[in-house]
Amino acid sequence: MVAIAWRYLVARPLAAGLNLLLLTLALGSITFMLLVSTQLDQAFERDLAGIDVVVGAKGSPIQLILAGVFHIDVPPGNISLEAVRELQKDARIAQLIPISLGDTFRGFRIVGTTPAYAEHYAARLAQGTLWSAPMQAVVGNQVAANTGLAVGNSFIGTHGLGASGHEHGDDPYLVTGILAPCGCVLDRLVLTATESVWQVHEKATAVDDEDRKLLEAEREITLVLIRYNSPMAAVTFPRFVNTTTEMQAAAPAVEVTRLLRMVGVGTDVLRGFGAVLLLTAGLSVFIALWNAVRERRADLAMLRMLGAPPARVAGLVLCEALLLAGLAIVLGLAVGHGLAEVAGAWLQSERSLPLTGWIWLPAEWWVVALGLAVAALAAMLPALGAYRLDVTTLLHSRS
Amino acid sequence: MIRSRQLAYRYLAGPALQFPDLDLPQAGILLLHGPSGSGKSTWLALAAGLLRASGGQLQVAGQDLAALKSVAVDAWRARAIGFLPQRLHLSEALTVSGNLALAQWAAGVPEDRAAVSQVLGTLGLAALAHRRPTQLSGGQAQRVALARAVLLQPRVILADEPTASLDDAAAGTALQLLADTATRLGASLVIATHDARVAAALPGAQVCRLAGLPAAANGAVA
Repeated sequence: MVAIAWRYLVARPLAAGLNLLLLTLALGSITFMLLVSTQLDQAFERDLAGIDVVVGAKGSPIQLILAGVFHIDVPPGNISLEAVRELQKDARIAQLIPISLGDTFRGFRIVGTTPAYAEHYAARLAQGTLWSAPMQAVVGNQVAANTGLAVGNSFIGTHGLGASGHEHGDDPYLVTGILAPCGCVLDRLVLTATESVWQVHEKATAVDDEDRKLLEAEREITLVLIRYNSPMAAVTFPRFVNTTTEMQAAAPAVEVTRLLRMVGVGTDVLRGFGAVLLLTAGLSVFIALWNAVRERRADLAMLRMLGAPPARVAGLVLCEALLLAGLAIVLGLAVGHGLAEVAGAWLQSERSLPLTGWIWLPAEWWVVALGLAVAALAAMLPALGAYRLDVTTLLHSRS
Repeated sequence: MIRSRQLAYRYLAGPALQFPDLDLPQAGILLLHGPSGSGKSTWLALAAGLLRASGGQLQVAGQDLAALKSVAVDAWRARAIGFLPQRLHLSEALTVSGNLALAQWAAGVPEDRAAVSQVLGTLGLAALAHRRPTQLSGGQAQRVALARAVLLQPRVILADEPTASLDDAAAGTALQLLADTATRLGASLVIATHDARVAAALPGAQVCRLAGLPAAANGAVA
């Protein structure tokens, strides 16, 4: 039956090709949407896990979260080490991880922090050890793969988070370890001690020893990631920080929800676009099959005359639609994954969120089911027409 | 073998047709004569089990058609009836041998390439096996349709106006081929036609004239 349905399909190459294209585009865009939104949600969720609040300089809270947790935006400013030490005494805080930003290495951010940051994401070392002194660095897996850094190499950071900045040539970092891939933000970061960042910049700006001492007294970090002792703190702590200090506290869960709601409009539009495309494809398949059944009415009646029961004739029409859908599903999934991979490659060159086409989500079975369902639905009426075909028209020789 | 007694068919919103009784021995030839609208098509449809008689009895190839359920009648038709339509209805999407294989698929029997090439060979069509129906002459196409009709070795061959569009010479050849094929298979041959040349070419045939007159209003005969 499949072979005969296939013959009928290729006998009308233009209609079959157009329908295939429409279905493929629809399923492809839905697959792409699915891959992107799922992976971004996962990335957000993973990177956010266990961070209750981020405290940094006053400014946009979303910016603070994007810069401090996901490392995809510049931070609003710095906060003084003094203020952080004050904050650390607060009983509501279970853990406080300092983050100092400012330099990059070939586009990857150098993050001054404490080993607690690596522990927070349960990062494991693929090679070497964590840093034990300033100017030692541990590089994330993607950084190592991209730049070719290995344990024992040294490298020079570039000032600023943008592409162009002067190089801190006097203070090379020594790579002491490479992290195993964690699928989190650490993959694209260079981790070092907080002191390294101070050292690099104080040396770069201080004119003499006395000046450096002065700078040491005014040491700053960029922001801190905080885990609460109890969920109750979420009620009082951010307000306490925002009203009594020069810093702001932003809750990632709240801000990311806000962000996703804004971005969500975009993904909803895309999703709607995919649905409209799928509907169009379904209609187009329906029209094509309807016409095919009308054109082939005599052929189908002849099949009945040759002894085919009505169900077999209707099955042939259904088979033709499902064959088309099967092809479109394979192509659509390929297109969706291909697009996701291209987008992922682009994002990676931007040192941004991780995205790949080389995964299979269980939800993609829904794309398969959707494609088959649309085809089956589109074939329903034409197949019914074939089922109810009046064979005696074949005998009315005058018609 | 075809046997009918008081066979009648009533269209839903039309006249009731009453058919003459007839007895055709197996391997006999029957000509259904009559003008347009006289019920030739209806009789063919009844004989093929596509329509159900509203009255009387009809036995085709030893089968009482009234006794068959609607699903069984398709399977019976596939085995017992070979049908040669006036407009041949060969599928353009398939080759000549593909069209014959389609008949096997429709009948629900396994594809049998040997049987296809054998019947094509018998009808002198072996060289055309891979052509499309559009690449055939009218006479060749009709022979392909005949090959399709006899592929499953039916007991009865129904031919609908086989000479309608043919000139005298071609009509003679076509009828001879039909009669020879039926004889070789031992199948009964029924030709529905209004062409006088058919009766002339097949002098041994039994002739059944359909009057085309509606039966009594209630469709039954006293």
